[in-house]
Amino acid sequence: METVFERTKSFKDCVTHYCPGCGHGIAHRLIAESIDELGIRGRTIGIAPVGCAVLAYDYFDVDMVEAAHGRAPAVATGMKRTNPDKIIFSYQGDGDLAAIGMAEIIHAGHRGEQITVVFINNAVFGMTGGQMAPTTVLEQVTATTPKGRQARGEGYPLQMSELMALLPGAAYVERCSVYNPAQVRKAKKAIKYAFKRQVNNEPGLSFVEVLSPCPTYWRMTPAKAMEWIENEMTKYFPLGRLKDGK
Amino acid sequence: MAGRIEIDTERCKGCGLCVAFCPKSSIVIRGQSNSNGYFPAEMTDGDCTGCANCAIVCPDAVIKVFRDSNIASVKSGTKSKPGLIEEKT
Amino acid sequence: MSERILMCGNEALAEAAIIAGLDAYFGYPITPQNEITAYMSRRMPEENRVFVQSESELAAINMVYGAAATGKRAMTSSSSPGVSLMQEGISYLAGAELPAVIVNVMRGGPGLGNIAPSQSDYFQATRGGGHGDYRTIAMGPSNVQELVDCMPLAFDLADEYRIPVMVLADGILGQMMEPVVLEKKPARKLPPKDWALTGAHGREQNIVRSLWLKDGALEQHNYKLQARYKEIEAKEVICEEYQVASAEIVVVAYGVAARIVRSAVDKARAEGIRAGWIRPVTLWPFPYEQISKAAEDFKLFLTVEMSLGQMVEDVKLAVAGKAPVLFYGRPGGGVPTVEQILEKIRQLSMPTKKAAAK
Repeated sequence: METVFERTKSFKDCVTHYCPGCGHGIAHRLIAESIDELGIRGRTIGIAPVGCAVLAYDYFDVDMVEAAHGRAPAVATGMKRTNPDKIIFSYQGDGDLAAIGMAEIIHAGHRGEQITVVFINNAVFGMTGGQMAPTTVLEQVTATTPKGRQARGEGYPLQMSELMALLPGAAYVERCSVYNPAQVRKAKKAIKYAFKRQVNNEPGLSFVEVLSPCPTYWRMTPAKAMEWIENEMTKYFPLGRLKDGK
Repeated sequence: MAGRIEIDTERCKGCGLCVAFCPKSSIVIRGQSNSNGYFPAEMTDGDCTGCANCAIVCPDAVIKVFRDSNIASVKSGTKSKPGLIEEKT
Repeated sequence: MSERILMCGNEALAEAAIIAGLDAYFGYPITPQNEITAYMSRRMPEENRVFVQSESELAAINMVYGAAATGKRAMTSSSSPGVSLMQEGISYLAGAELPAVIVNVMRGGPGLGNIAPSQSDYFQATRGGGHGDYRTIAMGPSNVQELVDCMPLAFDLADEYRIPVMVLADGILGQMMEPVVLEKKPARKLPPKDWALTGAHGREQNIVRSLWLKDGALEQHNYKLQARYKEIEAKEVICEEYQVASAEIVVVAYGVAARIVRSAVDKARAEGIRAGWIRPVTLWPFPYEQISKAAEDFKLFLTVEMSLGQMVEDVKLAVAGKAPVLFYGRPGGGVPTVEQILEKIRQLSMPTKKAAAK
C-alpha cells in the first residue's frame, strides 16, 4: 500500500497543547501543508498571536515572531515592507484580530499590505477562559455573558470578512470552515491560495477567516461543536469567497 | 480492505472527530486510555477505503493513511502524492 | 557632505538617520515633530527605503518591531502622548532583545498638554514607562549638531546591545535651525545578526519572542538582560562638565535646559560666583560616578529641568546625601530664562559670599 496521507514537515513533529477537537490543530496543519506544497519554508516568516495559539512558533517550523496582542498586522507590515521577497503570514484569533487589533487589521487591509492573514473565528476568547469575543453569537453564554449575548449592550456578532471586503486593498477575502472533511478541503484551498497570491507577488492583502470549534468553552463534544458551526455559526458568518483576488 | 490507517495512539487526544467522520464507521474510541489519560481512537476491522477523511479532520495529525491503488477504485487522472491530500484540479 | 548647512533639528535628525543606514521609518503625525514624518516621506523613497505613515503610534512601534525582528535598522518618532502609546511596544522590543531607535520630541504634559517644549518625559524614558524590568538607552542632546551625532550612535548602540534606544529632543530642538555638518560616521564593530528572521533556509528556525512560560525561564532571561545593562552602564556613559573642580555651585541640566544653564553659569562667573555645570548626554546610563565624584568636595547642586523635577532624583541618588541637591524648573511647556536661573544661582551663592566677606 502506498501512503496517501501523513504529517507534513513544517507542522513540527510534536504534541500541541490545544484541547482535543480544537480547530487550531487543523488550521495549523493546512498552513503547514500550504507552505510545504509551495516550497516556501525557507523564506516564510510567521507571526504568532496572543491567544491559545501564542505558542504557534513551537508548531510551525519556520522563522516566527511573537506579536503583542492585536498588533500582528502592523508587525507584518514592518516585515513585508522591508523584506518584500519573504512570505509573511499572521495567524490571529478573534480577540487578537477583531477586538484589540481591529485598527491594525483594517489599516493593513486599507493600505493593501501584501501579506497573508489567517483569522481563526471560534466565537470566544479561549486562552483567558471563555469570555465573549466580538464574534460571539447572540444568546451565546460565555464567561462574560452569563445570560447570553444581547444585541443591546453587547452588539451583534462582528463580521470581519464583510468588513475586510469593503477595503479595496484587501484583494482576496474568503470565509471557510473546518466542520467536516469536505469543508476542511475547501479551507485548505482557500489558505493555500492566500499564500500563493503572495508567492506570485499579487497585490493586496489575502484574508481567510476560518470558522473553528472551541469544544471546551462551547461546552460541547468535538463532534457536536462541528455541528454547531454548521448549523448555528454559519447563520451569522456565511461561508464563501467574498473577493476573489483578481 | 483497500485502505489502512495507523493512529499514533499515544499522541491522540481522543477528540472523536475521526470516529464521527469515517464514512465506513471503521474507527472507534478505545476502552483503554493512553499514558496521557486520553482514550484514543483506533481502527477496527471495518471497510477502510483509505479515503483519508479521518486524517483530514484530525487536529493533531496523528493518523497516517495507506491505500492499495490496485484494489481501490482510484479515479484516473488523480495522482496520489505521498504525504499530502489529493488535489483535484 | 562635510559642508555646514542650516537645518531644523527635526529634519537634521532624519537625514542623519538616513546617513546611518536607516532601512525603515514608521510614524504617525504629532506636533512638534511633524517635520520628521514629512521629511522621511520624501527622502526614504528617494533612497529606495521604506516609509509608512501608520494608523497610530501603537501601530508604528509594532511596525518597527517587525522590521527590527528581520534585522533591519528601523525607527519611529513621536512626541510625549504618542510615546505613551508606544510603551507596550517598547517593553516588547526590550524583552525580545530587538534593536530600534525611538525619537521623542518632548512637549508639555500630562495628557494632551500643549505643543511647547518640555523635559517631563525623563521618568518615562529612564524608568521604563512600559511594564517589566527593562532599560532603554536614553540620550538627551542639547544642540542640533549633537542631535545629529546621536543618531548613528543610537543605531550602533541598539545593534551592539540589542536594546531599544530613545533619543530625547524637545519642541525647541526639533524646530530650531542651526548649522550642522552631516557626514557618515565610522561605525562600531557590530556583532552579526544571526538571530534575525530572514527565512529558515538551510538552518533551524529563529524565534523572536518575549514570552518565557517554563518555570524559571523568564527569571533567567531577566538576569541575562540585566548583565547586558550592567555592561552598558560601565561603558557607554557620556557626560560633559565645565569648571566643576573650582565650583561651589554645580548646575546639572541636559538638553535645551543645559544651553540656558551654560549662559547663566558664564554670567555668574562674570559676577564672581564660582559656578560650574555638569551636562549628562546619556540619561541612561546616567553619569552617577561623575556626579558622585563632584560631590566629594562640598558643593551645592542645582538641577534645572523643563519639568517639575525628574532628573533631580537621579542627581540626588548620585550625590547620596553628601551635599544638598536643589531644583529649579518650569513645567507645562515653560522654558526657564537665563535671568531666572542666574537669580537662583545668586540666591544660592549668598551664604558663601557672606562667609567670604566676614
